[in-house]
Amino acid sequence: MMQTRTWITAWLLLLPAMALLALFTHYPAIANLFHSFYSTPKGARPVVFIGLDNYRNLVEDPIFWQALRNNLIYAVGTIPLSIALALLMAVWVNGRIAGKGFLRLAYFTPTILPMIAVANIWLFFYTPEYGLIEQVSRSLGFPSHNWLGSQSTALLCVMIVAVWKEAGFFMIFYLAALQSMSPNLAEAAAIEGASRWYYFRRVTFPLLMPVTLFVLVNAVINAFRVVDHIVVMTRGGPDNATELLLYYIYEIGFRFWDSAYAAALTMVLLVLLGLAALAQFAFLERRTHYR
Amino acid sequence: MSTTATLLRGPRGGVLALETIGAWLLALLWILPLVYAFWTAFHPSEFSTRFVLSAPWTLDNFVKAWHAAPFARYFVNTVALVTMILAAQLVLVTLAAYAFARFDFPGRGVLFALVLVQLMVMPDVLIVENYRTMTFLGLKDTLLAIGLPYMASAFGIFLLRQTFKTVPHELDEAARVEGCGPLATLWKVYVPLARPTYIAYALVSISYHWNNFLWPLIITNSPESRPVTVGLQVFSATDQGIDWSIITAATLLSVAPLLVAFLLFQRQFVQSFMRAGIR
Repeated sequence: MMQTRTWITAWLLLLPAMALLALFTHYPAIANLFHSFYSTPKGARPVVFIGLDNYRNLVEDPIFWQALRNNLIYAVGTIPLSIALALLMAVWVNGRIAGKGFLRLAYFTPTILPMIAVANIWLFFYTPEYGLIEQVSRSLGFPSHNWLGSQSTALLCVMIVAVWKEAGFFMIFYLAALQSMSPNLAEAAAIEGASRWYYFRRVTFPLLMPVTLFVLVNAVINAFRVVDHIVVMTRGGPDNATELLLYYIYEIGFRFWDSAYAAALTMVLLVLLGLAALAQFAFLERRTHYR
Repeated sequence: MSTTATLLRGPRGGVLALETIGAWLLALLWILPLVYAFWTAFHPSEFSTRFVLSAPWTLDNFVKAWHAAPFARYFVNTVALVTMILAAQLVLVTLAAYAFARFDFPGRGVLFALVLVQLMVMPDVLIVENYRTMTFLGLKDTLLAIGLPYMASAFGIFLLRQTFKTVPHELDEAARVEGCGPLATLWKVYVPLARPTYIAYALVSISYHWNNFLWPLIITNSPESRPVTVGLQVFSATDQGIDWSIITAATLLSVAPLLVAFLLFQRQFVQSFMRAGIR
């Protein structure tokens, strides 16, 4: 009797949160799968079951493949660089460098600001003719170049913005870990006569491994989740050169209003995020094994 | 922690100087966009790319931007939105975290796993289906529609559950002996002890939702419900004759409250993000 009451209390405590989670996370994920097998309602035409047709379209859609390829390039290009920069920043800010307070502030500030707002500023940097980059390169005698307007450099430009925005965020996690590290380790290493680089390579970096993996998972999610700067800077162009998966879903779903095809595209994104989840889970398993 | 560096052999003077220069160059590069935005916004547009010390200062750009779009309304919307989401999150997350941390009941493992799903499958990605749901509920183009998908936060439940688990059982039992029911115990024992976690979570949540863009862009289509991020985008995307000075002024305007708060409570912010990261 007493036990049943405890159960009921617990379930009631969970009810509001679980209800909202079910409505806006679990249900849409499942409904999305369901809708991806149907056609998009258009005017008087009713929704019909079309099996795998949406997926067949997807396989034959060159823009989808380009978005996927762009997204992979984007992830591979931004993640290692922002993590490396984050680590460097954290080590610097944690050391005995002059002006630590200012440095930390400067590195971290982009994290606080909305991507949509900073993308506006970067857009101006890249502007042909009077943008800042143009001015500098022209004064150095380089020919004029439309950074966001040409297929060869547009993706690179948005990747730079992403690295700039994220490195300071990841720095915080490294900094937290560095600050909680025991000074005994450094003392022991000093007695052994270890150099700073050796100490970093053999002691600090391995100890930071859990942080690196945590940051890595977050970085992967963000690489597929954040497309605000695409909306502001390129709208996926020129000629789909900066088309990322979520931005493509947004275009298909809310500019061409093809919700069924957008559902099929969303499934691809969900599978990719699911793989990231599995990787994190596998890692957590291993870490508990170590303890 | 500066002892770490001093104890170890090196860095010799030269190396340290090089590192200092490197760190400062990187920092300058990192704030360059902001500094640049300040310059452009506070000077007449003919100086937006000419950097001369004699350039006159002006607030004109801000005045023009403020009058060119309903920014006051956008700010009211954002503040209302962020407050609503945070209030709902704090209540829902507290109740759920308490249940997971201190109750033994059938289905706990499964339910917790279902919560964790949201860490990967975030509302940011489920835009197509959530739009359908909001249309069905008749909530399209309302602040509630922007906030609803984020109110049950898996991140918050996880974070707070960890904190609640560190509360000593003795305190819990003492409260029960005093005659407190589960809710009174939660309110009198757990909530006060978890204060730092609440502050950390609140700051992370506020900056996340102040900055959120794609979902609000999709679900709103009138100035009455647009948050400031969407308002800024609508403003700078509609043809402004590409007057960058006004666009940067509007940009600074929209980030000002958050930026000022961050500069004032810098330590608090950084520590909150740290605390939220160590789960």
